[in-house]
Amino acid sequence: MAQHQVNYASAAGLPIALTTADHLINWGRSNSLWPLTYGLACCAIEMMAAGGSRYDFDRFGTIFRASPRQSDVMILAGTLSKKHSEFARRLYDQMTEPKWVISMGSCANTGGMFNTYATVQGVDRIIPVDIYLPGCAPRPETLQYALMMLQTKIRRESANMNKNKKQNLRLI
Amino acid sequence: MRKYVPKGNVQKQSYYTDRYHVVPQVPRLAVEEDEFFAPQLKILKAKVEIKEASIQIGQMIVEVNAKDNFKAIETLKNECGYAMCSEISAVDYLAQDGEFEIFYQMLNLKSAKRMRLVCRIKENEAIESVEPLFNSANFAEREMFDLFGIYVNNHPFLKRIIMPDDWEGHPLLKTYPLIGDEFASWYEVDKIFGKDAREAIGPENRDPARIERYDTKRFSRVGREVPFDADISQGEPETKIEYSQTVLVNYNKSQKQLDKRK
Repeated sequence: MAQHQVNYASAAGLPIALTTADHLINWGRSNSLWPLTYGLACCAIEMMAAGGSRYDFDRFGTIFRASPRQSDVMILAGTLSKKHSEFARRLYDQMTEPKWVISMGSCANTGGMFNTYATVQGVDRIIPVDIYLPGCAPRPETLQYALMMLQTKIRRESANMNKNKKQNLRLI
Repeated sequence: MRKYVPKGNVQKQSYYTDRYHVVPQVPRLAVEEDEFFAPQLKILKAKVEIKEASIQIGQMIVEVNAKDNFKAIETLKNECGYAMCSEISAVDYLAQDGEFEIFYQMLNLKSAKRMRLVCRIKENEAIESVEPLFNSANFAEREMFDLFGIYVNNHPFLKRIIMPDDWEGHPLLKTYPLIGDEFASWYEVDKIFGKDAREAIGPENRDPARIERYDTKRFSRVGREVPFDADISQGEPETKIEYSQTVLVNYNKSQKQLDKRK
């Protein structure tokens, strides 16, 4: 039988839970991340697997969104060529604040094995990165771990993104 | 640990020299002895001047003058049955001969035979487009223009196809460095942030094995971990490595019998 009264856990029966605004806002932000549906190379296959039913990003409140205007995490999954770098940066600029970036795989981190004229040697040359995920290609579990690390990072930082900007040295 | 060896100019050093290496040569057979290719060569000879012809690995290879390329391809398509042009590109022989070799790889679909038409041009010469004969030549010739800088006359849309439109240099030339020239290394920075940002972003790190000895923001030595961004110019204390205490469970030794029928 349904109860009319909810037993709130604390505060002597009063329906009150005390917290800080930072904590509450970051709790909401970190548990509903919306990554951009954006794949560059073979890492994107692993990213798709991580989003699919077997590894299931939805468990973390994370669903891929097909528009940069409606997403707040950019997963740079794969080799970023110099020709494409302009458009990757444009997509990043189109995302609304607050936004975070995961650099997935060796190619995105450092250029990887593509030590050539046509590959950006690390996406952090053009986009500020929060989490660097090593691997070639990282398994879906590893991407999940990177996402959990990002959640931990979001929970630690200030809900006021202007304060974080100084730490992250974001390029504007 | 191994002795430290400076790796500064490791890419300049040749790490392997084969002193007795002999470039392998494919045997060249006379075209006249082949009953399939011999009549085709005769048809071709009546139309254009042929500099050299041979059969290598079952394919006829014919060299003609560069100005005859359109006529030769037209003859091959209409009179010899080569209905498909599978690849057009060039080879850089500028250092060796001061010339490009342009090749047209042709396929005869009816008899499943291939032949290659080859011609040579000097560095600043242009070649006639074969796009009116084969649509596949459209992209192939654009790629040749993009990567070698060879101009193609009467091409409908001669524009870079792989590299960005504002790129400088032609990457498949032997003189083009693999890691790119000055323009290439700053391309994305110049384009997105402008040239003023070069100093803030810094040059590319092209040595993937580079480790900064006293950088504790990005590196830490195993067994000598220190807090983030600590100063270790005076040395760092050794910490004991803790290994995992997890014991692997051998499930095969279990007393339980799961299947009672056994």
